Amino acid sequence: MSSLLAQAWAIAAKDLLLEFRSRTAFLSALVFTALVLAIFNFARDPTAVSAVDLAPGILWITFTFAGMLGLNRAFGLERENHAMDGLLLSPASRTALYVGKTIANLAFVGAVEAIALPLFALFFDVPLWPVLGPLVLVIALATLGFVAVGTLMSSMAVNTRFAELMLPVLLLPFLVTPIIGAVQTTARILTHRPFVELVPWLKLLTAYDITFVVLCTLIFEFTLEE
Amino acid sequence: MAAASVSGAAAVLEVAGLTKRFGHVRALRGVDFALGLGESLAVFGPNGAGKTTLLRILAGLLKPDGGAVRFGGELLVRGNAAHRRRVGLISHHSLLYDGLTAAENLVFYGRLYSVAEPRAAAERALAGVGLAARASDLVGTFSRGMVQRLAIARALLHDPDVMLLDEPFSGLDQGAAATLRELLGRLRAERRTMVLVTHNIDEGLELATHVAIQVAGRFVSLGSRDGDLAAYRARYAEATARDV
Repeated sequence: MSSLLAQAWAIAAKDLLLEFRSRTAFLSALVFTALVLAIFNFARDPTAVSAVDLAPGILWITFTFAGMLGLNRAFGLERENHAMDGLLLSPASRTALYVGKTIANLAFVGAVEAIALPLFALFFDVPLWPVLGPLVLVIALATLGFVAVGTLMSSMAVNTRFAELMLPVLLLPFLVTPIIGAVQTTARILTHRPFVELVPWLKLLTAYDITFVVLCTLIFEFTLEE
Repeated sequence: MAAASVSGAAAVLEVAGLTKRFGHVRALRGVDFALGLGESLAVFGPNGAGKTTLLRILAGLLKPDGGAVRFGGELLVRGNAAHRRRVGLISHHSLLYDGLTAAENLVFYGRLYSVAEPRAAAERALAGVGLAARASDLVGTFSRGMVQRLAIARALLHDPDVMLLDEPFSGLDQGAAATLRELLGRLRAERRTMVLVTHNIDEGLELATHVAIQVAGRFVSLGSRDGDLAAYRARYAEATARDV
């Protein structure tokens, strides 16, 4: 177990170091995030739809597509010099590889979200401070499920001819549940609804996370078969 | 019980009846050989002969359709960490990350192989291939020859007893090829068991104790390098001409 975690951490640290050096995906995700939020902010008619009604959907659309930029890169960087063969040759288990990639993707998506959230508050004039705790909980729950499935799909998409196009096609159908859950919960948090109204959605997100983290960990090795 | 190698020594690596098919293409059609400690086999063959497929199966990267691979008498099981620790692969792809330094690449692989003190092991490996002075440089700034030396250091980091080499001289200039030959000669002197796949018959003959010619997925010739080299050259020329 300690060996698995050590190997997973080595893979995650390597991925994060490579991203830190190039910043390719991170900067792309940030620019994308700022543009989407700016476009939605200026495109909406504030007299027709209130910001708080529109904001949860926009927030999660932004998180989802910005996160995909990082997920695309997760296995894409293993194509360089056939590095994937190096990983598969090593005694590191496929589970360690999946866990390592998932940790790195969580860090990537989490960092994008951490910068996107203040931008979101700025553009949509949403006071985040009073609701920050519950909002972070929802973001963490939805992001875990999103990244768990996204990491698996990224490993499947990377060997296809149009990996960047394939990932959204493969991934988005699986994200319907967590995105609906996250949008519904975020809407209730931003409108200061009682906590009891959040509970069913939080249960849904938790069940999704448990199911897909376990499932993706178990089936990941089969995505690496030749 | 380990079988005997080509030379009669106890086999470190034993391959029996290996077959592999990709759709309608039969990449391997029953490959058999065995190598003892310190023996090295050079496999020559034209493009599409199945040489790389053979090597990828030996490395555990591909699953054969039939036949068996044994390391020291133990059946190769894909996913078995102990087997993967016994094998080092050098190919024309470096399997390295251009965005990491030479030392970072080796430390990373050292951690994957659970090498004790990976930093110290990386320093030793870099010194062994003459790259100690470039330890902190990004691999993306290296020449092809330096990358290949680093790839050798990566493959040897966990001290494997079986080395697999897939076209290791591919794309190297004369100087880099000479350095690589020297390094591979050192591996041979260390009595590592090696399987080398190459188009270049002269380089292969220089490094190997045994020679095989592979055509259309099977060995058409297998024997000691002490045999008639001219006959090997003639057969290889014939196989290549047929390919053309």
